Amino acid sequence: MNLLQQTRFLLRITRTHDIMRRYFVVNGFDGALTMLGLILGFLVSSATALSVIINVCLAAAIALGMSGVSSAYVSEVAERKRALGELEDAMITDLHDSAHGEAARGVPVLIALVNGFAPLAISLLILIPLIAANAGLALPVSPLYAAVAIALLLIFLLGVFLGSIAGVSWLRSGVQTLLVAILTAALIYLFAGY
Amino acid sequence: MVLVKRLVLDVLKPHQPNVLEFSQTIAKAGGNYRVCITVLEVDENTETLQVVVEGNAIDFDAVQTGISDLGGSLHSIDEVEVQGEPQAG
Repeated sequence: MNLLQQTRFLLRITRTHDIMRRYFVVNGFDGALTMLGLILGFLVSSATALSVIINVCLAAAIALGMSGVSSAYVSEVAERKRALGELEDAMITDLHDSAHGEAARGVPVLIALVNGFAPLAISLLILIPLIAANAGLALPVSPLYAAVAIALLLIFLLGVFLGSIAGVSWLRSGVQTLLVAILTAALIYLFAGY
Repeated sequence: MVLVKRLVLDVLKPHQPNVLEFSQTIAKAGGNYRVCITVLEVDENTETLQVVVEGNAIDFDAVQTGISDLGGSLHSIDEVEVQGEPQAG
């Protein structure tokens, strides 16, 4: 069994596919909205050097990633230990060396990585125009507006993904998440735009 | 030399992996094993199985390892069929 098959097997026997998917969407959404908020904050503020904006956003992205990894790991270790304990009670045997024991040790790591990777990766995608402009690449629009557009697109795509999971209209689901982003932007302009 | 041809085992296992994966893992313990599993009882977290393994020379330890690797627990050996082979020379 190769690594991918083994990973799928461990996720299947612990039934954690859906948990991982949920973590990906929830924390990915967190990452996208945080970056959107930061960039809009810079847009409504006085002009700031691009390198400063990148550093601030990058630091926030790294913090989101670390927060995602550590929080998911701690909670999933506890959940998997509890599930393994219940199974061991039912089986009246030690499952430490079985696939279930291996899953109880490996699945929290996997879920933690996904939970940390999602906001980090999404944040980095949003920061591409800023990094490109800072590197001297000429963009047709302001890098901050391009980053906002990417953030809105990714938020819409997360909604589309959620819609496909739920088996409902992808357009409706995408627009719903997009409305959340627009509401966030409106609140930022309302409270920070002076 | 005595070869094990058939085993009937009473096994308790968690719901996951399912019976199909369980039987495939046991079958992989040997080259030409034929595995037949009957689910006798289903509880909240576990299932009781009757596992019938047939082959030319069953490696019992490998079968037992396959069962325990998937979280199963061998409760009893209910039937055994063995065949003695004449010593060469």
